[in-house]
Amino acid sequence: MAPRRAWLTHVLLILGVIAFALPIWIVLIGSTHDAATIGRGEVPLLPGGHALENYRTAWGAGAAATAGIGVGSMLWNSMLMAVLVAVGKITISFASAYAVVFFRFPGRMLAFWSIFITLMLPVEVRIFPTFKVVSDLGLVNTYAGLIIPLIASATATLLFRQFFMTIPDEFVEAAKMDGAGPLRFLWDVVLPLSRTNMAALFVILFVYGWNQYLWPLLVTTTADVETVVIGMVKMIGSEANTEWHIVMATCVLSLLPPVAVVVLMQRWFVKGLTETEK
Amino acid sequence: MERKTVFRGMTLPALLLLPQLAITIVFFFWPAGQAVWFAFLRQDAFGIRTSFVGFENFADLLADPLYLETAWNTLVFSVSVSALSLSAGLLLAVLADKQIRGAGAYRTLLIWPYAIAPAVAAVLWIFLFHPQVGLIGRALNAAGLDWDYRLNGGQAMLMVILASAWKQVSYNFIFFLAGLQSIPKSVLEAAAIDGARPVRRFWTIVFPLLSPTTFFLLVVNLVYAFFDTFGIIDALTKGGPAKSTETLIYRAYIDGRVNLDLGSSSAQSVILMLVVIALTAIQFRFIERRVHY
Repeated sequence: MAPRRAWLTHVLLILGVIAFALPIWIVLIGSTHDAATIGRGEVPLLPGGHALENYRTAWGAGAAATAGIGVGSMLWNSMLMAVLVAVGKITISFASAYAVVFFRFPGRMLAFWSIFITLMLPVEVRIFPTFKVVSDLGLVNTYAGLIIPLIASATATLLFRQFFMTIPDEFVEAAKMDGAGPLRFLWDVVLPLSRTNMAALFVILFVYGWNQYLWPLLVTTTADVETVVIGMVKMIGSEANTEWHIVMATCVLSLLPPVAVVVLMQRWFVKGLTETEK
Repeated sequence: MERKTVFRGMTLPALLLLPQLAITIVFFFWPAGQAVWFAFLRQDAFGIRTSFVGFENFADLLADPLYLETAWNTLVFSVSVSALSLSAGLLLAVLADKQIRGAGAYRTLLIWPYAIAPAVAAVLWIFLFHPQVGLIGRALNAAGLDWDYRLNGGQAMLMVILASAWKQVSYNFIFFLAGLQSIPKSVLEAAAIDGARPVRRFWTIVFPLLSPTTFFLLVVNLVYAFFDTFGIIDALTKGGPAKSTETLIYRAYIDGRVNLDLGSSSAQSVILMLVVIALTAIQFRFIERRVHY
């Protein structure tokens, strides 16, 4: 490539990287200054000396708007939600795809299509009726109510089904000849083969669970099951006396886990994302 | 495609399917059915009596100029978000696909924003553009521009569009990059030998070969702009000022949660459901066709 063009490419890419990194940098810096500095609108571009106390306050006590519930407990709720949504989706999708692919039974296609069609019913579209079901079951403000309705997943089922189709028939025949039953085959052959797919799905679904907004907003009205994303937005609710330094520290804390998962598992994640959602 | 060799039995597959089907029925089909049913009902002002009103909720909505304005806003918003984030994602993917030093590092630095929640993206943009606290917001005011997205509807719309597009760029980047990497290099080399310049090579070869990816992403981006941006709007503007950034999903939420008008909110849900079904159907038709290439 001609050197002049390579130079232009670098400039444009660096501009792109800055467009995503700058807001994060500002928040990172902001979270190390005291309330007065930020309130005056004098956010400097270099770190200040209040990092430790800001994060300690955010972690333990939160902001006034969150009524003393610390970000530490919100992060725990988010973590629980993200992990359980991811593991739950993977487990039940794996099981149902296995049943649909490796068995013949009446109603098999009906079962498959009824899972498939849920692709067309995102949670946002059926929020209130779903909320009503959850409240009739007495699950408002519980982890179960927060997590279980999000666990059914057509996408993960489709991905596993597609992958199971590629497992050669000879494997099944060999397993049968050796006297292995369906559960043994699932455990010893299919599960180990699916590891990469599961890792990729875990990243995607962890981020999905962590980033949920509308559903937790509806289902959690008490602070003890509140997730960190909801908690942070609540902190900004009252414009006049927003404690910006705490909000910024919370923002950094809320970003770290999903970003870490994506960056550390990048290879699997990219492969999984481009294969899952096609 | 069917497997030839399968296991026998009824009980085990039924047990394996049970959790998925149970959740699907309880939390998907039952509420979706209820949404459709409620859409035909109306409660009196005290919530005591409920009567069947046929298509009246729908008729009221379609005759409501505010609803139509919200629908128009949603369209402008969704098309702008999709166009912006698709073109930025494509540009960055084309650049990062080149054989340059540090290509791997650029990729990681452009992929990580996938992890940012929509609501968090909104908060980041508040920090930048808040008229008193934000770095850019203050600079705009200092430059003599009357910048306050909390009072000016046009500026508010601009903010939610930019923040929503910003959050979606990395997703598009990942897919465009995967699409670009699957284009055989020999085709591009042949064109280069024939004397086609890079820009011409892009528009006559690369872009048409990317069209399945682009189309897929277009549908995904529209669905994203319709539904997933709820968090962005709620955190940034709460639909205001004066409903200027209210989208259809936001209004369905307000009517159900705040105004407690279950009939109207359900009718709105049904309309949104039809939109998703239409978009999904278009997408699957297209993908079916692509298989036959």
